[in-house]
Amino acid sequence: MSIRERLSGNEAISLAIKQINPDVMPAFPITPSTEIPQYVANYIANGKMDTEFIPVESEHSSMSATVGASAAGARALTATSSCGLALMWEELYVAASNRLPLALALVNRALSGPININCDHSDSMGARDTGWIQIYAENNQEVYDNMVQAFRISEHKDVMLPIMICQDGFITSHAVENIELLEDDIVKNFVGEYEPENYLLNPNQPMAVGPYAVSNYYMETKMGQRTAMHNAKQVILDVAKEYEAISGRKYGFFEEYKLEDAEYAVLIIGSAAGTCKDAVDKLRAEGKKVGLLKLRVFRPFPAEEIAAALAHCKSVAIMDRTDSFSGNGGPLGAEVSQAFYNARTSVPAVNYIYGLGGRDIRVEDFEDIYSRLETIAATGQITDQFDYIGLRK
Amino acid sequence: MSQTVEIRWHGRGGQGAKTAALLLADVAFKTGMHVQGFPEYGPERMGAPITAYNRISDAPIRVHSNIYTPQYVAVVDETLLESVDVTGGLKEDGAIIINTTRPKSEILPLLKGYSGKVYTVDAKKISLATLGKYYPNSPMLAAVVAITKVMDKEAFLREMELSFQHKFAKKPEVIKGNMDALRMTFKEVQ
Repeated sequence: MSIRERLSGNEAISLAIKQINPDVMPAFPITPSTEIPQYVANYIANGKMDTEFIPVESEHSSMSATVGASAAGARALTATSSCGLALMWEELYVAASNRLPLALALVNRALSGPININCDHSDSMGARDTGWIQIYAENNQEVYDNMVQAFRISEHKDVMLPIMICQDGFITSHAVENIELLEDDIVKNFVGEYEPENYLLNPNQPMAVGPYAVSNYYMETKMGQRTAMHNAKQVILDVAKEYEAISGRKYGFFEEYKLEDAEYAVLIIGSAAGTCKDAVDKLRAEGKKVGLLKLRVFRPFPAEEIAAALAHCKSVAIMDRTDSFSGNGGPLGAEVSQAFYNARTSVPAVNYIYGLGGRDIRVEDFEDIYSRLETIAATGQITDQFDYIGLRK
Repeated sequence: MSQTVEIRWHGRGGQGAKTAALLLADVAFKTGMHVQGFPEYGPERMGAPITAYNRISDAPIRVHSNIYTPQYVAVVDETLLESVDVTGGLKEDGAIIINTTRPKSEILPLLKGYSGKVYTVDAKKISLATLGKYYPNSPMLAAVVAITKVMDKEAFLREMELSFQHKFAKKPEVIKGNMDALRMTFKEVQ
């Protein structure tokens, strides 16, 4: 029996953490993720879970302690946002290269400066090459569902990589919405016990973690990471299938919303996808063939699958909630374009930047984007390859 | 076609406009609705103007943008009438609900010619009479329920009583005062 509730995104992921009851959670507070360690600490204080909570003095330390706990053989996770993630930079690579299946509840927030507490994806997108799995959510329900699936993916013996469960700061983290929860036992059985193969606190098998690797060995460890990330694709789909069996909710690399026969498509990550769906329905009612691809899994990047899902479109807008300042668009724009090229897909595509520092994006903005896509398809001309949406005039 | 009611709250940091929006979402949820309750954060400080939002619907809510053309606006602090465009985008067939100690005739000229319905409620008077202290939340919440009719008044009172019993489990003496504040507001809002 699912439980009907209303929770904010931070409450939802904290509840999933309670149900998972990991061994260790080190954390340092930063807006808008602060509530997560706060709720978890409350659960622990009230005897609802027995996770070892470690209050630390910085995010450099919280990720270091999570890495240490995971290397020791514990199931460990932490939470952060924005500059907190930036301060973890060194350890993000350490976690991935040591093949530690820890988790991070990331509440996406703009990086400074100017200082801003609101949502964009500059934090996690900046960490896209650290070797972490990255899964994003449209709403509180998906945040919860993704967190319950996280350790099943990261701890799989073919994967053994850290996983980042991302949600949009304030927009989902602080918005109370309806949600369907699973019972504690069902989550517990689904997630299972963590039984590491190799770990520091195993006296029968002494080992070193994080030693120096000379040039003769370093590159092979990187190939190992690449193979693991490749393997993660199948594991993510397998875990999603099992999750569907207990929850009734279907997940994959992405959600296709009225995309099958769409002529004009938007590709987007996160909470704005919900807003875009309302625009799709409105335009469909006017007879326009529009659709949406909402990307859930950004790492590993499902390049062939995205190219195949969009190949039939007349034009596509790839939406980035961060700018790469490369002069060549945002990270999603660059990777999707590459995916198109490698798949010999020649759909005209623009890459629009939106929502930086919490700038709101509305249904009307998406209607305007679809109308631009129509013009691009009709004229064959692209005049605004890397436009900013919703910029003050 | 689904029906969605959109409400915008204006208050000052620390006064509880965000809490009121979350409480409304909570009680609407309990009567079986789909809800959203969320704040819009600017520079967080006590006394700064803040905005909070509600969407209440009979169908799942997907949109995640702020609300620009609400059916209802609730103003928790009347001093905002002079500094914030509280009627901005407010639908003419909607209504604005203002917490004020002043008569409606003094408030109307501050609303930039808004031609929809205007309701006032003296949350201070109600709160002092029922709780002995000034907490504008309960009266404002009751006023919004009375005007927007997003739920049945009796169902609202029933759910609020359960919620107060839970919230004030260690201070049961304040439950009656809060319930009286809700009932008094139903009579007073005009």
